[in-house]
Amino acid sequence: MNEQKSKSDVLLDIRHLKKYFNVSKGQLHAVDDVSLTISRGKTLGLVGESGCGKSTLGRVVIGLIEATSGEVLFDGQDMLKFSNEQRSQFRRRAQIVFQDPFSSLNPRMSVAQQIAEPLLINKTCSGKKEIDAKIKELMDTVGLAERLTTSFPHELDGGRRQRIGVARALALNPEFIVLDEPVSALDVCIQAQILNMLQELKTKKSYTYLFISHNLSVVRYVSDEVAVMYLGQVVEKASNIALFQEPLHPYTQALLSAVPIASLGAKKDRILLEGDVPSPINPAKGCRFAGRCAYRQELCTSADPALSELSPGHFVSCHFAGCLKRHG
Amino acid sequence: MTTSENSSILLDIKDLSVQFNTDSGVVHAVNHLNLTLHKGKALGFVGETGAGKTTTALSILQLIQTPPGQITSGEIIFENQDIRKMTEAEKRHIRGNRISMIFQDPMTSLNPIMTIEDQIVEMISLHSDLKGPDAQKRALEMLALVGIRPERSKDFPHQFSGGMRQRVGIAIALACKPSLLIADEPTTALDVTIQAQVMELIKKLQSVVNTSFLLITHDLGIVAEICDDVAIMYAGRIVEYSDIRQLYDHPMHPYTQGLFDAVPRLDSPLGGKLSVIQGLPPDPIDLPKGCAFSPRCPNAKEICFEKECGMREHEPGHFVNCYFPLGSKEGGNP
Repeated sequence: MNEQKSKSDVLLDIRHLKKYFNVSKGQLHAVDDVSLTISRGKTLGLVGESGCGKSTLGRVVIGLIEATSGEVLFDGQDMLKFSNEQRSQFRRRAQIVFQDPFSSLNPRMSVAQQIAEPLLINKTCSGKKEIDAKIKELMDTVGLAERLTTSFPHELDGGRRQRIGVARALALNPEFIVLDEPVSALDVCIQAQILNMLQELKTKKSYTYLFISHNLSVVRYVSDEVAVMYLGQVVEKASNIALFQEPLHPYTQALLSAVPIASLGAKKDRILLEGDVPSPINPAKGCRFAGRCAYRQELCTSADPALSELSPGHFVSCHFAGCLKRHG
Repeated sequence: MTTSENSSILLDIKDLSVQFNTDSGVVHAVNHLNLTLHKGKALGFVGETGAGKTTTALSILQLIQTPPGQITSGEIIFENQDIRKMTEAEKRHIRGNRISMIFQDPMTSLNPIMTIEDQIVEMISLHSDLKGPDAQKRALEMLALVGIRPERSKDFPHQFSGGMRQRVGIAIALACKPSLLIADEPTTALDVTIQAQVMELIKKLQSVVNTSFLLITHDLGIVAEICDDVAIMYAGRIVEYSDIRQLYDHPMHPYTQGLFDAVPRLDSPLGGKLSVIQGLPPDPIDLPKGCAFSPRCPNAKEICFEKECGMREHEPGHFVNCYFPLGSKEGGNP
């Protein structure tokens, strides 16, 4: 997809990645032939509704779930083929922050113990003094006051807990961080604090983010590039500006139009989708979105659309993407 | 709050205070709250977690669990009667019949072992004279109204998607044609395209059934689409109340302004930082003296830390609980 980019520019190159789960009714196509790249120091926003496979994708690329097939090239090497030794190396370089700061922390460990855990496991610090200094540095980085060192998760609010999650992820100086709905469980004011912090960290340390969220406004705020997923597949991928200004896939258009905007003069030409997302178990042939698409034609239910580049850097998976009349 | 058109007032909450007695102290969940809802209008009730929105709603329905909860003061005047002074039988008559509620999570608010039709019939036969086939006919009408096909009426909640379940919740809530519908975060658990469907349905029903809405939400975008009036809640009290146009065009309380600024929006310019209200909401066990927002307020002056301002009408119909409202001669420009 990105031949023009030099190899060193791309940190993560996902190629034809599939993850199927065997369930009683057949195969659940959670991630179905997804190809994506993330450049070093950039943020790829991954949006989609519940069940579209975005979290599964995040977990596969970080090595928490085994892939069914495909390649995940991390810095040029296929992560899926790593030996145990290589894999533990990789896990230092790639980290994840989870959605729910309540269930992702150990309730019986203090803040300092939580943050120290990755340092101890990977033996990156020698001696208590060095560890304490590192904990202090990390707490400082994520904006946790020093007096909280001995606090436990239940004593802290959601925002502070999420800061611990981020501190743990940063402890091993990773290059790549998967942020899986990092602000969805937080109130809007706390959400703004965490988003600002993540942006500052990225600028300062040039981290590469895969930012997974269902919230389009948040993704627009943090991302350089955005990929939209529907039922296990990427239906559109483009630069942040192109995707939000000129969405080409009918699903992206409907998704954007569905977001309520907090002002009275905002556009009201909403595209209402009918029905619900179909089941990802044994999906039918053809475009996955065809059943809900207003522009559906015969071809859509008989042939799979390919992700093709309509304008430089703007990929769409729709048979009629160029010729759709946009609403409004 | 307005003195005119008393006949158009459906619900008038005066000086409501609710507290919970816990092991760690008394939680002051709602403090001296005043709120008016007019007939046929939709009021948006906005605030962050713990602001007291749901506690207020449950107080209206007299569903605060006692103990630990306790309504310590106030009147809740609904259709010219104080709900607090009613007998238990009168309260039961009002709940579900005159005032009904939709909850955030449609899975846990439906009965998993009853068909959806039976759940609506139960509501109708408890609260109206319709029985048997008449009640069933009415249940099917309600399902049609929320867009569920009759052949699905014998299905159970787990056979429906989240959006469909919330439609069932709406059908149950509206089955007895209540004059007030309280919707507590009705779309928060739903995906954005499904949320759009449910909001469209609520808007449609508003005009069809002529019910007043109290819409509890943290999303100012949803309020902009559905509501006529807005109340912003912070630390158990209302800090700003007005019709939607005045509040969105010209928010006057610094907290309201902060809420607007903290949310990234699809139509905001790219780049730049989100502006953040510093600090955290106060601990409801240990509320600060004076204005509850003063420790976080960029414009706070000495008096703010001493004594709460109370609601003042700064423009006709625009009430603000602040000595120095934004854009006024006292507060200066934001």
